[in-house]
Amino acid sequence: MKIVVCIKQVPATTAEKRYTADMRLDRASAESVINPLDEYAIEQALRLAESGAVESVSYLSMGPEQASEALRRALAMGGDEAYLVTDDALAGADEWATAKVLAAALDKLAPDVSLMGMASDDARGSLVPGAVAALRGLPLLSYGSELSLTDGNARIRRLTATGYDLVEAPLPVVATVTDQVGEPRYASLKGIMAAKRKPLETWSLDDIGADAGSLRGAALTRVVAANPPEEKPPTERVENVSADEAAAKIADWLAARKLI
Amino acid sequence: MTYRLTDEHEELRAVVRELADERIAPRAAAIDESAEFPWDLKELLAQQDLLGTCFEERHGGTALDAIGQTIVAEEIARADATTSLIPIVQKLGALPILLAGNDEQKDRYVPRLASGEWLIAFALTEAAAGSDVASNRMRARLDGDCYVLNGSKRFITHGSVANVLTVFALTDPEAGGRKGMSAFIVETETPGFAVARVEHKMGIRGSPTAELTFDDVRVPVENRLGDEGEGFKIAMETLDRSRLSIAAQAVGIAQGATDAAVTYAADRTQFGQRVADFQGIQFMLADMASQTEAARQLTYAAAARVDANASDLPYWTSSAKLVAGDTAMRVTTDAVQVLGGYGYITEYPVERMMRDAKITQLYEGTQQIQRLVIARQLLQRAGVGARPRDRRETGA
Repeated sequence: MKIVVCIKQVPATTAEKRYTADMRLDRASAESVINPLDEYAIEQALRLAESGAVESVSYLSMGPEQASEALRRALAMGGDEAYLVTDDALAGADEWATAKVLAAALDKLAPDVSLMGMASDDARGSLVPGAVAALRGLPLLSYGSELSLTDGNARIRRLTATGYDLVEAPLPVVATVTDQVGEPRYASLKGIMAAKRKPLETWSLDDIGADAGSLRGAALTRVVAANPPEEKPPTERVENVSADEAAAKIADWLAARKLI
Repeated sequence: MTYRLTDEHEELRAVVRELADERIAPRAAAIDESAEFPWDLKELLAQQDLLGTCFEERHGGTALDAIGQTIVAEEIARADATTSLIPIVQKLGALPILLAGNDEQKDRYVPRLASGEWLIAFALTEAAAGSDVASNRMRARLDGDCYVLNGSKRFITHGSVANVLTVFALTDPEAGGRKGMSAFIVETETPGFAVARVEHKMGIRGSPTAELTFDDVRVPVENRLGDEGEGFKIAMETLDRSRLSIAAQAVGIAQGATDAAVTYAADRTQFGQRVADFQGIQFMLADMASQTEAARQLTYAAAARVDANASDLPYWTSSAKLVAGDTAMRVTTDAVQVLGGYGYITEYPVERMMRDAKITQLYEGTQQIQRLVIARQLLQRAGVGARPRDRRETGA
């Protein structure tokens, strides 16, 4: 049984981001991390490996050369090997182009489960898992709070407003998990040292049999603007007044905004 | 001799800092308040392989170089000085085994220390023998295939939580502490061993400092480290190296206080502007940061000497501990000043850091003892030597 966890390197949430003239993120400007929501997928895969349900855990990422740092970091948490698909033709890829590349790489790796986080922390399209499943003609088990594997089937437990659903499909599947999987582990010192010796392969589009020509400009969408959130008005303070007066002022403030 | 921080060192710092910020710093105030040993954080550090950094890989350690070990202690101390003592004392207690132990002793004890399954403590100091180590009185009398230990030890960090101790006792009382002391590995389950009390302290309050009593404690001969009479030498060689950890701890405390002061000054408004915009405050912050950096670089320079096993390493480790300890005290005191009244209350961490900093000027040799060590090497280099009465050394 083999799991491939797809991970994305994203700018740290707190990093100040800059954009290039054609509205792409200036990657050199921001500290990069593993997409925090992907860490839950890593944790889920490693737990399955520890329970003996899975023999191997691999990681797959599409991104620039430096995304190998994220793969090394994942390998430090655990798992066996990693693959990075990187190609100049992929600059500016959107969800659709990304899904085509990942699907081609996953065809080559042929895992029983292609596991992903529920969204990426930067773009938040949440489209890639569904698109990969569609391109590969596989069932999609999405938003699992837990993934289990039994008798040739994969099953997720999905929280709903009224309880939870158990959704099952025959392997192979594409699955996504949420942050309810459990806290991702920290990489241990031995894990970090061992990660340096684990195989990390870099693939070009040729290597995965994808046609660079068809992928160049394959993006169906384009970012037209990126703006910082509007600044909030400064906090109004009610200070140095009696409790009664303060309560009246706060009530007036809320009433003026039709909040009470 | 040069030293250089590698990408691996920086990666190590980032990993330990993340762990310390997320898991250790939030516990620091409660550990200080309750004065209870943080068993949960000991488990966490063991899980992350951070208690085995000074041990060889064949024993389950990660064999970091001295700069790497320094970074680990520094980054944990930046969040909480008490917790930083868990790896620091693991090394201090184990150093006599690493320096003087035979293969059987190492194979038997080191794996359990490297994994963190067992804690170890270093039992040298006695009530009447602090800086003056040679006046130790505890006895070890040979009786068949065992030594029988009698006496007591005081101010033993982790003495009440350790599973095993390295203990120093006189095998030849006539010869005195310098020539007649030997070192032993003593398991704390051994009958006759007892924890007499745990001290109430000003700082590092979650790190238990214990008085230990030995009443006919029988220790197998094979648990003696080195030859009879080598105890003083083993103790001094241990302290020459372990002092580096205290320098690292002091640097970490100073950095934590500097960071807290900068954050506060940038947030606090008085007279219509941020406190950080007052030049008087900026001068203080600049002094704190630059002095901390100077202490850090001296500590790394000393670490490089430890790795090289340089003949003048006591000069360097004592200098680092002297400078870093004084820096930690000064910087934490200034941090309290920057925070004003808020610095004096437990709502903010700097008063705890100031209390914690004080110990770095006291243990593993007072600052005055460090100066004696430094001066002795200085005079030796100049070819004039030190007079015998200045050659006393120190306990932990």
